[in-house]
Amino acid sequence: MIQSLLAVALTGVSAFAVAVYPRSVLVFLLFQGSILFAYRARIPDWLRWSLLAAALLVLMPAIGYYNGYYLEVATQVGIFVALALGLNIVVGLAGLLDLGYVAFFAVGAYSWAIVGSPHANVIFGGESFPLAGGWFYLFLLVGLGVAALTGVLLGLPVLRLHGDYLAVVTLGFGEVIRVLANNLDKPINFTNGPKGITPISRPPTPLGLPYGEYFYFLALLIVIVVVLVNRRLENSHIGRAWEAIREDELAARAMGVPLVRMKLMAFACGASFAGIMGVLFSAKQIFINPESFTFLESIGVLAMVILGGMGSIPGAILGATVVTVLNLQVLKGFSLWLNELKNAGVTVLGYSLADLPTQFEPAKYERMVFGIILVLMMIYRPQGIFPARRRQREMTQ
Amino acid sequence: MHLFEARGVTKRFGGLTALHAVDFAVDRGISSIIGPNGAGKTTLFNIFTGLYSADEGTVTFRDRSILGRRPDQITALGICRTFQNIRLFANMTAIENVLVGMNSRIALGLWDVLSHSPGFRRTETAVAARALALLERVGLQANANDVARNLPYGDRRRLELARALASEPALLLLDEPTAGMTQGEAGALMRLLRGLVADLGLAIILIEHNMRVVMEVSDWVTVLDHGERIAEGAPREVQENPRVIEAYLGTRSPGRRRA
Repeated sequence: MIQSLLAVALTGVSAFAVAVYPRSVLVFLLFQGSILFAYRARIPDWLRWSLLAAALLVLMPAIGYYNGYYLEVATQVGIFVALALGLNIVVGLAGLLDLGYVAFFAVGAYSWAIVGSPHANVIFGGESFPLAGGWFYLFLLVGLGVAALTGVLLGLPVLRLHGDYLAVVTLGFGEVIRVLANNLDKPINFTNGPKGITPISRPPTPLGLPYGEYFYFLALLIVIVVVLVNRRLENSHIGRAWEAIREDELAARAMGVPLVRMKLMAFACGASFAGIMGVLFSAKQIFINPESFTFLESIGVLAMVILGGMGSIPGAILGATVVTVLNLQVLKGFSLWLNELKNAGVTVLGYSLADLPTQFEPAKYERMVFGIILVLMMIYRPQGIFPARRRQREMTQ
Repeated sequence: MHLFEARGVTKRFGGLTALHAVDFAVDRGISSIIGPNGAGKTTLFNIFTGLYSADEGTVTFRDRSILGRRPDQITALGICRTFQNIRLFANMTAIENVLVGMNSRIALGLWDVLSHSPGFRRTETAVAARALALLERVGLQANANDVARNLPYGDRRRLELARALASEPALLLLDEPTAGMTQGEAGALMRLLRGLVADLGLAIILIEHNMRVVMEVSDWVTVLDHGERIAEGAPREVQENPRVIEAYLGTRSPGRRRA
């Protein structure tokens, strides 16, 4: 009862506070915390789900009205949640370590970017491109399909590989896709090389919704579908077959699990989530170039999965949120705050903050802080924040 | 025509001939394969279940060749096995282990799973019920939701049996199912196997070192030594076969006796 009241109050007050102090990162973090609390608190399910629905469907877009950047952060979180959930199938369930996952995101992004921009005229000639914005919806599916196909193509040559070897090959694959994007501007200009492709068409929004809100809702919708698909796969003979492959490949084969089909299916399912989000990403950004699809992005998504708890859906969601928010907000917010203090000429113990070298800006320590968090997690909570039931067992043996 | 028949199966690992022209046939009941360590018994099982390929020879099941087929295809045809060094899916529960064994009997596609089609719901309920029934058959109904690796040793052996039965095999290959069991546990397991043969019309091939078990339960015994079949017959005949005694105990050397 107390928890119910607390959850409602926390969600309401923090959302209200964001409206009053739209520039305070701390208040926005509190709002995010209240969503997590509502998810974890011991409260009736109907209340939990109405709180989450209210926070994500009503309060978050309303907050976006006061500070558009927060909506951008939320959309980014949505994109990475879908990526983490896709990688979770490949790594968490089927146990196939994939270090080049962002390649599928790139494939999805380029599939819309090329035809959704005037750039396609360079390839095909004529003046028929960019395609009208309405095609975007079809290309959500095309991006999904192309990425799934790419997943199968990656899967075929690596079927016999395990562990480290698989990781190295997938790492190479991720780099191949990025380097291709970087260099396929000659002899035929497919990707426009490092200069990237722009402007990429956006779909017409329904009800005259602003693009910030529109992409937020679309990302949310895709995430909901992805979560549903993930859950259904996990609780089916397909999910059980994946877990059996992860536990003991040879025994799984002998028990009738068709290894090739199941592995390819894992690669294809995981890749398809990245593909559909790639299409959304390219439309949202208007501009894409190979820089968005580096090896570090793959590692970042993998870190989200590990941080949250491998094989766990809530874990992947939380991991993606924590990492994205940390990257986009916490350290940047801290830098901003420090800068304000500097500009105000604040002194600490007789030392003027204005003399602080710019190298000490917290935002520049993003990767380091991230690395330290990962190291600490691996030492003190290797199973992740919300471990999957089964992973917990592995770690506590 | 036999239910299962191997003819002239030869397997070489580099210069070592692990199996040399082995013939073997099964129709019903329990057949045992015995022989000293390294005789090639497990190699034979690995060929029968598609984990190894044979260099020469033919293996047929219900008149269809199984050589060149993948392990999962062979399981789908109706041959399933257990392993000498228990290979359960250690972090999955007992019932999940059995459910994985049913994989080859679930004819549902990706779309059925994603849409939760009526067929999917029906199948999931049916396989769950059947998995529970199998656990009950081997006496593990109370442990359905226990994690496999937390089960006691004997229970793990029986869970592996239930998992193998889940694929509805007509031929079951058991690699040392009583290893590490007490005589009492071994006896109970053999009664269970006898029951399976009687109720389901299963054919079983056993690899066993426990001679008391072999002699009690087998309808037919095949003896391998150094990759060759040196004897076969009813348990009693094999027991008295001089070549078998020689393989197990060695020969008396007159020269050494004097020394």
